[in-house]
Amino acid sequence: MMTDLTKPQGDRFAEVAAAVLKRAKALGATEADLLVAEGDSVSVQVRLSQVDRLSKAREKMLGLRVFFGKRSASSSTSDLSKASLDRLVQDTCRLAQAVVEDHSSGLPSADQMATDYPDLDLQDNRRLSVEEEIDLARRTEQSAFSADSRVTNSEGAECSVGYGSILLANSHGFMGSYTSSSYSLSVSPIALDSKSGGMQRDFWYSVKRKFHQLDSPEHVGLEAARRTVRRLGSQQISTQEIPVVFDPETAKGLLGHLSSAVSGYSLYKGASFLMGQLGQSIASDMVTVVDDGRLPGGLGSRPFDGEGLSTRKTMVIDKGVLTSYLLDTYSGGKLGMASTGNASRSVGENPAVGATNLFLSPGSYSPEDILKSMKRGLLVTDLIGFGVNLVTGDYSRGAVGFWVENGEIAYPVEEVTIAGNLQQMLKDIEMVGNDLEFRGRLASPTVKIRKMMVAGH
Amino acid sequence: MVPSLSDFALQEKDVLQALNKATARDVDYADMYVESCVTDSVSMEESLVKRAVKSITQGAGVRAVAGERTGFAYSDDLSVRDLEIAADTARYIADSPQGDNPIAVTHRSQPSHNLYPLSQPLNDIMTEDRVELLNNIDAEARRYDPRITKVMASFNTEQKIFLVVNSEGQLVGDIQPLSRLQITCIAEDGANRQVGTFGGGGRVGFAFYLEQNRAMEFAREAARQAIVNLGAVEAPAGTMPVVLGGGWPGILLHEAIGHGLEADFNRRKTSAFSDLIGQPVASELCTIVDDGTLPFRRGSMNVDDEGTPTSRTILIEKGILRGYITDRLNARLMGIPLTGNGRREDFRSIVLPRMTNTFMLAGESDPQDIIRSVKKGLYAVSFGGGQVDITSGKFVFSASEAYLIEDGKVTRPVKGATLIGNGPDVLKKVSMVGHDMKLDEGIGTCGKDGQSVPVGVGLPTIKIDEMTVGGTALV
Repeated sequence: MMTDLTKPQGDRFAEVAAAVLKRAKALGATEADLLVAEGDSVSVQVRLSQVDRLSKAREKMLGLRVFFGKRSASSSTSDLSKASLDRLVQDTCRLAQAVVEDHSSGLPSADQMATDYPDLDLQDNRRLSVEEEIDLARRTEQSAFSADSRVTNSEGAECSVGYGSILLANSHGFMGSYTSSSYSLSVSPIALDSKSGGMQRDFWYSVKRKFHQLDSPEHVGLEAARRTVRRLGSQQISTQEIPVVFDPETAKGLLGHLSSAVSGYSLYKGASFLMGQLGQSIASDMVTVVDDGRLPGGLGSRPFDGEGLSTRKTMVIDKGVLTSYLLDTYSGGKLGMASTGNASRSVGENPAVGATNLFLSPGSYSPEDILKSMKRGLLVTDLIGFGVNLVTGDYSRGAVGFWVENGEIAYPVEEVTIAGNLQQMLKDIEMVGNDLEFRGRLASPTVKIRKMMVAGH
Repeated sequence: MVPSLSDFALQEKDVLQALNKATARDVDYADMYVESCVTDSVSMEESLVKRAVKSITQGAGVRAVAGERTGFAYSDDLSVRDLEIAADTARYIADSPQGDNPIAVTHRSQPSHNLYPLSQPLNDIMTEDRVELLNNIDAEARRYDPRITKVMASFNTEQKIFLVVNSEGQLVGDIQPLSRLQITCIAEDGANRQVGTFGGGGRVGFAFYLEQNRAMEFAREAARQAIVNLGAVEAPAGTMPVVLGGGWPGILLHEAIGHGLEADFNRRKTSAFSDLIGQPVASELCTIVDDGTLPFRRGSMNVDDEGTPTSRTILIEKGILRGYITDRLNARLMGIPLTGNGRREDFRSIVLPRMTNTFMLAGESDPQDIIRSVKKGLYAVSFGGGQVDITSGKFVFSASEAYLIEDGKVTRPVKGATLIGNGPDVLKKVSMVGHDMKLDEGIGTCGKDGQSVPVGVGLPTIKIDEMTVGGTALV
């Protein structure tokens, strides 16, 4: 069986979109916009070489937003029949008239709409049959098992292929669409410590817009096994204040918190520890953070944003100085600033702000140099929990990693927390690695923080 | 009220014919889940109710299970043709061709519970009433203290209707209302800004929020937390005795043991609790249950998403591990009882064994005595989220309101901190259990494999002799 994914045609629903906008206008809406998102995917999970789960998904959703002057409401439906859409338009118009006026609300002005946009190379036409997907997943898992005899079990390997399309239209006459694809491979091996009987699990993955860019199943499996086995024999360390190194995977988490803190919505709501700090030094001068919506083939790339504005490259932090927030029209308006083209839209929701491809620019140190710089310290390779308060910057999360002594990895560590405050942590970044690699929308090299509180026994 | 296929403009014979395409000689079980869901959300910030969102989704998911293999496909189109394509796709995991024994509905059951009879469907709550509720909350929170500078609140309702028909001829459905009120306050005192969050809900109607002035109580509680946090000092770092207050701190149970007792991880032997049935995993003061049958509770269901009536399952009895929570697939493969814990986020998701309402039964200690017994430690009464590594058993949960205990007295509030422990060990250190068992207010959402489902937790005041607290102050 071929996976038989219908290659979405971004503009398949252009006529439906035009009709819905027209209907909203007819019911008195002063402005409106709508989004149609389509997706089609097949994913296969293999566990212990047997197919565990095969899932096929095909869906479409239409989201509508209407304005009656400064009042607005949003809605969404998966039923694109004429009767359903007529009812949706009617319900949404009624809802809009039940909320209060919001003077900042409205579409961006017509002259801001993206007029032409580049092909960002987001789509691959490589089809995979289910058999090919099963084979890739099997090889990934097999590679993890062959890598080390201590890998004795698995939560499974997954191969997934998806196509998606977005159509955005508004009452200014803007109508844009684009399509994208994604291919992913992952595996979660389990290793057993035969002495203690303790088990450890880790995970590795590769996800790309182009099939040929995916890491090989052998590589993904090998890396997953390496990451899992090295956790065997983990111990707790004692409570102490020490330097902490975040590997690229965990450093991405720090960028995630930063992206929430520079979002216009957090800022105008007074819910960000970076409030009122534009133009000020908020991080060590080794820190330069860029959001680039037009990275060719990027997992966060898009030709236009959720309001139809051109995406762009925004310098968020330049050598430690906060140079720009990430904004859409509404949150920008609240702060007296222009949109940065970062409107991100879930179907049926008002726009929010989202980073596109957000990365910390690489520094000059190799990851080995960074470890060598520590007489004693903690290398963090995994984090759990949600102990981050974006209002205050207070940070406290569960960590897994390695005890580093005299610049060398000594033994694996678990059941500890690392704590600090993001404001101080950004300033305390004293080394940035040269190992930047895009493995998702957020990307960071290895980062060393001068000191954090580690709690253990 | 029980839904019927005609609510989806579907005919029974068409559905059965489509489901039949998912069956084969080696398919042990197949089912089709047809769902429609309407959600309404209004939210307020800057003292303005300026956001109103409505969403309507419907669709069907078809599953075929052969041995340990699951084939799954879904469609958001409910045409007979689309249902047949989905069923055909689901059967892909079978090794044999489509079966030719037509399925007949032989068991058309009414759910045996009626846990959430509502006088008014949630969809019928007037938008104007929702708006007024949020406006009143804004005023109440600001009235609590002039240092409250921002109030954000949202009120969400969801009315889900589903039917599940399976290859054993069972056709069952349920109508599941769910609502939630969530309030966040920011307090400011000079440069010091702090946040407080509170809320509640369940499978309850609009009246719930008005009874006993509940919504206003929630608003004051969110404001109170923000004000308390203005005075918070650095949280301690290191191991110490921890007293957890009743109610929402029960998230401890959800993370420390609940996930580890879900049958799928145990069948695959990837849980730190694998093969521990009958073994002591907690002090004998601890009896912990998962109960999907509590009226009006957020984690309750008349039937689970496979049509199995929900039940009360003893997970830990006086410290001894008694049972796992199961869905059909895992109960069958493991040869253990079906507990009615097969849940899915929606028609797009596959069924997994999930918790419902998970709580510890009351003990005998006076909560005041519990606090008095601690010389130096942490008293945590409110939490944000938590997470667990099933395989290593390590779990965290993050306090959002906590105090130091010094010489048996609750003293200064401390900043939020993450607590970390090992699931199979932490409850062995429970040395006192209060008589004040309390369920949470109804705001919990559990994530697993990318799927979110509503859950409840509950806990009496308990004392854990030693836990690692992830603060910033050396003690």
